[in-house]
Amino acid sequence: MTFVAKPKVHHPRLPLNDIGLTRRDYEGSVSTLCAGCGHDSVSAAIVQACAELSIPPHRFAKVSGIGCSSKTPSYFLSKSHGFNSVHGRMPSIATGANLANRELYTIGISGDGDSASIGLGQFSHIVRRRINMAYIVDNNGTYGLTKGQFSATNDKGSTSKRGAPNLYEPIDLVSLAIQIGASFVARSFSGDKKQLVPLIKAALMHKGMAFIDVISPCVAFNNHNGSTKSYDYVREHRETVVAADYVPHAEEITADYEPGTTERINMPDGSILQLHKLAQDYDPHDRVAALHYVQSRQAEGEVVTGLLYLDPNPMDCHDILGTVDTPLNQLNEADLCPGNAALGSVNASFR
Amino acid sequence: MAVKYNDFVIRFANVNGSGSASANGMFAKALFRMGIPVATRNIFPSNIQGLPTWFEVRVSDKGYMGRREGVDIMVAMNAETFAEDVASISPGGYLFYDNTKPLSKELRRSDINEIGVPISQLLLPEFADPKQRGLFKNITYLGVLTALINIEFDVITGMVSKQYKGKEDLIEPNVRAMELGRRYAFDYLECPLPLQVKRMDALGDKIMVDGNTAAGLGSVYGGATVCAWYPITPSTSVAEAFEKYTGSMRRDKASGKSKYAIVQAEDELAAIGIVIGAAWNGARSFTGTSGPGISLMSEFLGLAYFAEIPAVVWDIQRSGPSTGMPTRTQQSDVISAAYASHGDTKHVVLFPATPRECFDFAADALDLADRLQTPILVLSDLELGMNDNLSEPFVWDDSRRYDRGKVLNAEQLEKIQRFGRYLDVDGDGIGYRTLPGTHPTKGAFFTRGTSRDEYAAYTESPEAYERNMQRLLKKWETAKTLVPKAEVSTGPHRHGVLFFGTTSLPMQEALDHLAEEGIGLNTCRVRGFPFGAEVEAFIRGHDKVFVVEQNRDAQMRQLLVNEIGVDPARLVPVLYYAGLSISADEIRLQISAHFSANKMSRVTEVKS
Ligand SMILES: Cc1ncc(C[n+]2csc(CCOP(=O)(O)OP(=O)(O)O)c2C)c(N)n1
Ligand code: SF4
Ligand SMILES: [Mg+2]
Repeated sequence: MTFVAKPKVHHPRLPLNDIGLTRRDYEGSVSTLCAGCGHDSVSAAIVQACAELSIPPHRFAKVSGIGCSSKTPSYFLSKSHGFNSVHGRMPSIATGANLANRELYTIGISGDGDSASIGLGQFSHIVRRRINMAYIVDNNGTYGLTKGQFSATNDKGSTSKRGAPNLYEPIDLVSLAIQIGASFVARSFSGDKKQLVPLIKAALMHKGMAFIDVISPCVAFNNHNGSTKSYDYVREHRETVVAADYVPHAEEITADYEPGTTERINMPDGSILQLHKLAQDYDPHDRVAALHYVQSRQAEGEVVTGLLYLDPNPMDCHDILGTVDTPLNQLNEADLCPGNAALGSVNASFR
Repeated sequence: MAVKYNDFVIRFANVNGSGSASANGMFAKALFRMGIPVATRNIFPSNIQGLPTWFEVRVSDKGYMGRREGVDIMVAMNAETFAEDVASISPGGYLFYDNTKPLSKELRRSDINEIGVPISQLLLPEFADPKQRGLFKNITYLGVLTALINIEFDVITGMVSKQYKGKEDLIEPNVRAMELGRRYAFDYLECPLPLQVKRMDALGDKIMVDGNTAAGLGSVYGGATVCAWYPITPSTSVAEAFEKYTGSMRRDKASGKSKYAIVQAEDELAAIGIVIGAAWNGARSFTGTSGPGISLMSEFLGLAYFAEIPAVVWDIQRSGPSTGMPTRTQQSDVISAAYASHGDTKHVVLFPATPRECFDFAADALDLADRLQTPILVLSDLELGMNDNLSEPFVWDDSRRYDRGKVLNAEQLEKIQRFGRYLDVDGDGIGYRTLPGTHPTKGAFFTRGTSRDEYAAYTESPEAYERNMQRLLKKWETAKTLVPKAEVSTGPHRHGVLFFGTTSLPMQEALDHLAEEGIGLNTCRVRGFPFGAEVEAFIRGHDKVFVVEQNRDAQMRQLLVNEIGVDPARLVPVLYYAGLSISADEIRLQISAHFSANKMSRVTEVKS
C-alpha cells in the first residue's frame, strides 16, 4: 500500500512549541505495525520529545537497521531524512552520517535482534567511538519481523509463544554500553511515557553516545506469560532507580520534586536535566557502581529503569578526531583541495 | 666480452625484517636518478619477520616495465633459499654471495659466474655490535654493487645523507659500510662487470611511486572527507597515504582542526557502512580493501546500488582467500566487484594501470559516484598498489570543480512543486537527491532499498518495482558514457588484444616480440566498466581478440561475453594466475601458441 501524506492542518487547540510548531509537525506516516506493538509507543514518545525540544524537524537524521523496530523511523518526523539500511548495520550508517554533518541530531533506531545479534559488533564499536547520537533499541526479546524467534536479549528460561524455553544466556545491552564507553545509558519501558519522553529528550541533548534500551513488548509473538519482555512482566518487575525529567533552559523548573531527591544536571546546551534519585544510594555518575547495580538487580529478576549512567564529562567522536566545526559535508574545493602548486614538492619527493 | 648497458634483472634474496628493504630501495632509486627506466617488485611472505623475501629490479633501456623471466644478477643473502636462488639464475648470469662461509660444491653451477665477497668478515672489525653488523650487511652489498655495475657513487651517498637527515650519527657508519664493500670490489673483483648501468635521459619528469600512495593522495585532491577502512594487505597503504597527506594538507590553519575524518572500523562491513552513511549525508567518502573485504561489503554494496548512494571502494586485489597467497598479486576480483551483492546489481568499475592513473581515478571516482549516485569500485592490485612504479608526475587542474552531481539545495527546492527523489527528470536515469537538514518542509525522504515509488513513498507495487529497475538500467547506459574510455590503437591488424590494469605493464614488450614473430595486434586497454561503445566496436572490428588477464577463470572475458554479447569463440583467453605479475614472455608464448594451433596466418594482414 502506498501512504498518502496526512493533511497537516493545525488543530486550533494543539499547543505550539517554542518555534510555533505542534506535535503534528513531528509525526510521520501511519504505522503498519501490529495494533498494540510497543514500538509504536516509542515512536509516539520520540514525537513528543522532539516537539517539546522545539528543534526544527528537518534537523534530525533518522537511521535504522532492519526489523519491525527499524521500520519505525517512517512513523515519526516525516520532515527529516531517514535511512532504513541493512540488518545490524545501523551503527555504521549513523557513524558516517554523523561524521558528515555534526550539526544534525542523529536518532538511531534498532531492535534487539538488530543490535544484540547480527549487529552486536557494530553496536559495541559505535559505543566505543562515542558517536553523538540517541541510540534507541526497541527491545522486545524476539525477532518480530521474522515471526517470533528468540533473540539474544531473551532471559534464559523464558519461553517462546509455543512454550519452548530459551537455553542460552542473555546479552544485556545496558551493561555492555556502560562498560564500553557510552556516556549516557538508560533503560525504560515503551508503556511509560512519563519516564521515556524525558529520557529521549535528555539523550538527544546529550553530547556523545546516548543509549536507551526500551523494553517494547511484541504483542504478536512475545506478550505471554513465559516472556520477561511482556507488558505484564515488566510492569510487575520494574524498579525505577533514577527518574529523569528534562527541562529546557527556557522553561522554569517546576517544584514537583521533593527537595533532597532531585539532582540537577547542567546539559551542554545550557538546559538542565533533573534526576530523581529514588534509590537513596544510587549515583548515576559512577560507572562501576552503575554496572554493579544493574547486574545485581537483574540477578533478582528486576528490570531497572531510568537513567543508569551519565558521564559527567562526555566527549564525542568529533572531539576525539579533532574535526573542524563546519560540517564536513559543507566544505568545498577551497577547503579540501590543496591545488596544483602543492604537488610540486610531492612529485619531488618521488624523484 | 661486449658490455651490455641498462638491460638486466637483478634480484635480492633476503630475510623478511632484516632491514634489507631500505638498501634495496636505495639501489632502485639510484638507477632512477641516473635516468634509467627501472621497475621494482617486492615478493614477500604473509609474515613480519623471518621468512624469505625477494626484491626484484628490472632495468630496461627500452622502458619495458613488466616482469621478465630469468635473473641476471642474484644477490643471495638468505641461506634458507640459497639453493633455489642459485637455480633461478639465467645461464651466463651472476651469483653474488657472502663467501665468509664457503659455497658448498653441490651448489656450484658451471654456467654462471660467482662473485663471492666476505661481507660478514669485512664488517667484523668495523662494527662491534652484532645487530649493527647484521643491518650494515645490506648497505655493504650495496657498496659492492656500486662498483660492480658502475652506479654513480655520489648519487648513492647523496641518498644516504638524505635518508638519515636528522639522524646524522647514522650517516657516517652507513657510508663507511658502503665504502667497505666498494673498496673490496675495486681491490679484489673484476669490475665493472659486462652488465652495467650508464646514465640515460629516458625519464623526463617521471616519478617513482606506488599506486596506493597515489590513490590516497588523489582522494585528498578529489575532496574525500571521510575515510573508513579495515587493515588488509595490500590495501592498507591507501588509507595510510590519505592520512599522511590529509594530515599535512588539510588542517584548518586557525584552529589546527582536521578537515577530514578517518575511522579504522571494526571490519569491512562497518567500513563500507560508514562510507555509505557519510555519502548519504553529503560527504565524499571512500574505503580501501582487498578481495575478502569486498566479500564482506557485498550486502551493503547492493543497498547502495538500489538506494542510489555514492561510495568509492578501492580494491587492491591479491590472490584469494585469506589463507591463499595474500601477499601475491592477481586480477581476480573482476566478477565479484562488477556483480557484488544480491538481487540484480552491477557496479561501475575503474581499472587504473599506473600511479598517475590511480591519482586521477581517485578524484574521478568521487565525481562519478556523486554524478551516478552509485558505488564506484576501483580495481588496482598488489603489483600496482605496493610496488614503486615509474609514472607521469601528479598534476591537478586548478580550474577543475568537483562534480557533486544532482543535489538540490534549499533555494532549488523552494522552486519545485513536488519533489520526487527517484523521478527521472532529465531522462538519464539519475534522479535528484537532497541531503538531510536542507529545507524545513521540502525534500525530506525516507531512504530504503526498492520498495518505494518515484516519490520515495513506500510501495510493494510490481509496476513500481519494474519501473525503478528499468530506470536503473537507463542510468547504467549513462554510466557507459561517463566512465574513462578505453585506450584503443588502430593499427592495420586483423586481430586484437584487450587488457587492463597491470597487465598493461608487459604489453609493449610482448607486442614487440610478437611483431618479430610476424604477429601484429591492435590494442584495447579497458579502463572502465560498463564498457563504452569503443570497447564493443573494438571487439566487433577484429576477428579474434586476445583477452589478457591475471586470473584463472578469464573474468574480464566473461564480463565482455556477458555484457556485450559477442561470440565467445572470438575472445581468446590469455591467463596467468600464479601470484607473480604476468610477464611479456607469458603473453607472447600463449598468443603465439594460439596462432600456431589454429594455423592463423602470421604475416601482418591489413583488414579487408
Ligand atoms: C542479513 C539479513 N539476515 C536476516 C534478515 C532477516 N531479518 C529481518 S528482521 C530480522 C530480525 C529483526 O529482529 P529485531 O531486530 O529484534 O527487530 P523486531 O522486528 O523484533 O523489532 C531478521 C532476522 C535480514 N533482513 N538480513
Ligand atoms: S510482530 Fe511484534 S514487533 Fe512486529 S509489529 Fe507486530 S507486535 Fe510489533
Ligand atoms: Mg526484536
